Amino acid sequence: MKRLLPLLWVLVIATVPLWLRDQYFLHVTITTAIFIIAAMSLNLLLGYTGQLSLGHVAFFGIGAYASALTTLGFNVELPGGLSIVHTPWPAVAGFVIGVIVAGLSGYAIGKLSFKVRGAYFVIVTISFAEVTRLVALNWVELTQGPLALTNIPPYTLWIPGIGEYEFWNKTAYYYLVAVIGLLAYVIIKRLVNSRIGRAMVALKENESLASSVGIDVTRYLVLAAVVSAAMAGAAGSLYAHYVKIIDPDIFLFIYTVTMVIMVITGGKGTLAGPIVGGVIFGFMPVIVRSFAAPAVQWILYGALMIVIVFVLPQGIVPAIERWASSWRRSRVGNDAVVLAGSKVREE
Amino acid sequence: MDELLQHVVNAVILGSTYALLGIGLTLIFGIMRVVNFTHGELYALGAYAVFFLEVSLGVNFFLALVIAVIVGCAVGAAIEFVLLRPLLDADIDTTMLVMIGAWIVMQNTELLYWGGVSKAVMTPFPEEPLQIGPVFVSWLRLFVLVMALVLIGATYVLINWTKLGKAMRATFQDRDTAALMGVNIKGIYTATFAIGSGLAAAAGALLGPVFLVTPSMGDLASLKAFAIVILGGLGNITGATLGGFILAFVEEIGAGYISSGYRDAMGFLIIIIVLLFKPTGLFARAERIG
Repeated sequence: MKRLLPLLWVLVIATVPLWLRDQYFLHVTITTAIFIIAAMSLNLLLGYTGQLSLGHVAFFGIGAYASALTTLGFNVELPGGLSIVHTPWPAVAGFVIGVIVAGLSGYAIGKLSFKVRGAYFVIVTISFAEVTRLVALNWVELTQGPLALTNIPPYTLWIPGIGEYEFWNKTAYYYLVAVIGLLAYVIIKRLVNSRIGRAMVALKENESLASSVGIDVTRYLVLAAVVSAAMAGAAGSLYAHYVKIIDPDIFLFIYTVTMVIMVITGGKGTLAGPIVGGVIFGFMPVIVRSFAAPAVQWILYGALMIVIVFVLPQGIVPAIERWASSWRRSRVGNDAVVLAGSKVREE
Repeated sequence: MDELLQHVVNAVILGSTYALLGIGLTLIFGIMRVVNFTHGELYALGAYAVFFLEVSLGVNFFLALVIAVIVGCAVGAAIEFVLLRPLLDADIDTTMLVMIGAWIVMQNTELLYWGGVSKAVMTPFPEEPLQIGPVFVSWLRLFVLVMALVLIGATYVLINWTKLGKAMRATFQDRDTAALMGVNIKGIYTATFAIGSGLAAAAGALLGPVFLVTPSMGDLASLKAFAIVILGGLGNITGATLGGFILAFVEEIGAGYISSGYRDAMGFLIIIIVLLFKPTGLFARAERIG
C-alpha cells in the first residue's frame, strides 16, 4: 500500500484533463499548480531551514521577467553609450535562463541577508522584493514598466516524430506544469532526505548547536536559498508563458503572502503541506469570487492565516498525520487487549 | 541653491511625520518584540477616520484629527488584546504571521468600505502658500510640522518623565525583572501598542490631507516605518526620530536630483545597506541581533 500510494497520486494527476472537461477549471488548476511549485520552493526555506523569507515573490518575478525578456528580446542602452541588444531566443531557452537568473539572485540575496536573523531577515527580504518591483516599474526601457510585457510566446518543444510542438492549448500546458511540478517535488524530497536536508533541519532546531558540530551554517542556508529561488524562477517562467503578459504587479507582497499562507496552512516542513495548502487556496478564490468582491477573498485569507496560527500552528498535514498515528496506535492497542484476552481464555 | 533650500524644507516637514511613524513602531518593536505589520494600516486608518468624520459626518477638521488619534489608540489596544495577548510567549515568527493576517484583513476592509478611489480631505487652511524668502510652504504643511513636533515632544515626556514611561523603559530593558518588581507587563504591552498605534494614526491623519487617502497607502508606510526603525536602532526613540528625518532627506534629495521613480526605493536601499554593514542601527547601543 505504502509503495502504491505515490503511483496512485501520479495516476490522479495524469488523468485530471480527462475528467476535468471544463476549460475554466482547467485554467484554475494550471495556475494553482504553478503557485504550488512556488509554495514548495518557499517551503524549503520556511519549513526546512526555518527562515521566514518574505521576499519570495522576487524570485518568481525575476524568473518570469528573465524568461519573457529572453524570449522577446530587448535593446537597452547603458550609461556611457553602451547598448545591449538581445535578439529573441526560443521560449525553452527563456525557461532555462529564468531558472538560472533566479538562482543567481537567490545566491546573491541569500549571501547578503543571511547575515541577519529573525525580524531583520524578514525585513531585508521584503525590502529586496520591493526594490525589484520598483526596478521593474521604473526601468521602462527594459521592462516596459507599467505598460507590461505582452505577447510572450508559448514554449515550443521539438518532439521526435511530431516535430515542433507549441504549448498553446490548456491540456498540453497542464501536463507540462505537472511534469515540472513532479520534478520539483522529487528534487525537494531527495534534498531534504539527504545529508544536506538533515543539516538544514539541524540549523532550524538549534543553530548554535548545529554550527558547533561543524555544520557550515551560511553555506547550507545559501544552498537552500539558491535551490528555492531557482524553483520559484521556474514557476515564474511557467506563469509568464502561460498568461502571456506580465507587469510589475507580479512583485506585489500579496503574492508572497499567498505562498506563505499555502505553506503554513498545509504544514511547513512537510512535503505534502504546500500541495494541500496550495490546492485549498488555489481553488478558494473561485468559490469566494462567485459571491463576493475580491477584497472579501483577501479578508478571508488574512482571517484564515490568523485562525491557522492559533488553532493549527503546525498546519493541516501534521495534524492529519498525528490523528492517523493515534488512530493506528489505538487500534493496535485494542488488538493487544483482544490478544491478551484470548490468551487468558486459553489458559 | 533655492531649489535645494526648498527640498530641505520639504524634507523637514515630511521627516517630522516619518519620525512619528517610526517612534510608534520602535516602541512596539523594542518593548514587545513584535514586528507590527498593521502599523501602516493604523496610519491609513487615521487618514480614513479624518476623511470619514470631516467629509461624511461634517465634523470640524481639528476635532476630527483628535478623534482619529483616539480611534487609532483604541483599535491598537483591541489588536493587542485580542491577537497578541494570547501569544505572549510565542516566537517572533508566529506573531509576525498573525500581524500579516491582521494587516491584510484591515487593508481590505478599508478597500471594501471606502472603495479603491483616492479620497481628498478638505482643510480650513488657505490655499495661498506662505513665502519665506525663496521658499514656499503651505499653511497646511506648516501645521503638520508643528503638530508632529508637539506629538514627538509629548512622547518624549511620556517615556522619560512619567510613571508609565518608566515602567515601559523597565519592560524594554528586562521584562522578567520588571514583572518581579511589580510592573503589570500585560498592561504595559496594551498601553505600548495603543500609544504606538495612536502615533501612526496621528501621522496618517496629518498626512492624509497633504496627500490623498487610498487603501494601499499603508503598505509603503509600514515598510518605511521599518526602514526608520532599523536606521535608528531597535527601541531607540531618539534614533527613530533622527531616522525619520534622514529617510525624508534621502528621499527628497534622491527624488529631486536622481530619479523621482526611485523615491520609494531609497528607504529599502537604506534598510539593506544599514543591515548589512551596521545591523544594530546607526544610533544603537550595543545589542545582539538575532
